[in-house]
Amino acid sequence: MYESIAFYVFAISTTILFLITVMSKNVLYAMTALAAGMVMISGFFFLLGADFLGVVQLVVYVGAVMALYAFGMMFFDATKDIKEKHQNPALVFLLGGLMALVFVVMFSAPIIGDNIKAFYPVIEGVGNAQAVGMVLFTKYLVPFEVAGLLLLVAMIAGIILAGKKMDYSLTESEAADEEMKIEPNSIEIQKGDA
Amino acid sequence: MDATMLPEVTAAGVIVKAVIILAVIAAIAGFGTYIERKILAFMQRRLGPTHVGPFGLLQLAADGIKLFTKEDIIPQHANKFIFAIAPVITAATAFIALAAVPVFPDFTIWEWVPFLGGVFVPSIAADINVGILFVLGMMASGLYGPLLAGMAQANKWGIIGSARTAIQFLSYEVVTGLSILAPIMIVGSLSFVDFNNYQTDGLWMVVYQPVAFILFIIAGFAETNRTPFDLLEHEAEIISGYVTEYSGMRWGLFFIGEYANMITIGIIASVVFLGGYNDFWFIPAWIMIILKIAFSFFFMLWVRASWPHVRPDQLMWLCWKVLMPLAVINILITGLVIMI
Repeated sequence: MYESIAFYVFAISTTILFLITVMSKNVLYAMTALAAGMVMISGFFFLLGADFLGVVQLVVYVGAVMALYAFGMMFFDATKDIKEKHQNPALVFLLGGLMALVFVVMFSAPIIGDNIKAFYPVIEGVGNAQAVGMVLFTKYLVPFEVAGLLLLVAMIAGIILAGKKMDYSLTESEAADEEMKIEPNSIEIQKGDA
Repeated sequence: MDATMLPEVTAAGVIVKAVIILAVIAAIAGFGTYIERKILAFMQRRLGPTHVGPFGLLQLAADGIKLFTKEDIIPQHANKFIFAIAPVITAATAFIALAAVPVFPDFTIWEWVPFLGGVFVPSIAADINVGILFVLGMMASGLYGPLLAGMAQANKWGIIGSARTAIQFLSYEVVTGLSILAPIMIVGSLSFVDFNNYQTDGLWMVVYQPVAFILFIIAGFAETNRTPFDLLEHEAEIISGYVTEYSGMRWGLFFIGEYANMITIGIIASVVFLGGYNDFWFIPAWIMIILKIAFSFFFMLWVRASWPHVRPDQLMWLCWKVLMPLAVINILITGLVIMI
């Protein structure tokens, strides 16, 4: 009984939080609701006994949404509402609703057909992390390595894009001071022009 | 309850444990401010608080009364809801993290206590088998408090404070995770109980993993934003950063959260690296763990008294060019040794 109460609490709060994420005009509300919704999703993993995945969901998405905040901080004024451009709200609503319906049908079809079985059921006495590790390094080894390679590529690309003046400290180097300094002669010339 | 068997963990026991954690840690967190001021004063050849009560001991009560009776100001253009809940996030996540760490040893309440007599109180309120990851994740999400506080208050210093929170969080999470990975590889488990049992007979983990210990402690300073790394609220540069607009008890909640996080870091360091709650020669286990936690708390104050602040670019340099490569090399060497 406790489990079903917990499930409905998590389900309702997740839905409401993600609705706020989509509907809100305030950046701060939207991102905070996104972060809180991600935390609520980890509750489902804990309910299913997948402690490890629940904690991973928590750790990964807390960090990921923090990066989104960093961008939000740079682009928007967090205390004001944003004017959004809605070309055709009815169409967006229709398409979004249809998409949601398709997903519900897709995921509930096996439940109605009673055709769900676990490929890798939880083994008694084996920890969560070990179970995930066994599946990850046997059956899903190739996708795992490909994902690792993709991340490496992304990391190298990021370093190349961001690292043009990496050996150049704005606060320490003499060269930066030189750039900031206005030549006394140039000021005099400007004065003379005026 | 059957006394001969291993006592069963009941809901009542867990609730009692939760109340104990809340009461004791919140009290220690408050008392920590007094200890901090006294120790800093001692190290800097000052007196510290002396006027209220004997040795200034009642300063804590005076500060409490002051905080509770102060006006709770919410700035006009602030995002009021987020502004109001931000301190609660810091304090709440700090205490949620304490749910999964072993704080005090197991005990059974005396039979003569009404209602609760004979209830077994476990050492860990929620004994999940991925305890370390959970605690680190919860402490990390505690940094949402400073971040939201800074962004909600419509104040330039606050925004700078929360920007610093974001960079500090995103970089030092890496070091914390990587540094604690090496001990996890050696023990082969994410549970605090397994870490404790691993060190029952053998040497302390710090002997096998000195580099990981030092890296974890340094990253712990950044996670709890203690003094060499307290850039989020550095008074001399950005007034008070994210706490600029806060007053009264909301400001106090940030402090309680910070001190609770210091205690959590102390507990993790004690259990993972410093032998856990095992007996040591003739000293019983529960005194040992309290001594270790107290030492790490004192160590944080000691560092605060000895070291100046670092600049943000020095912080980033330290994280990405020194600590992270060291942590990765440490993991590689540990892996090689385990393999051979």
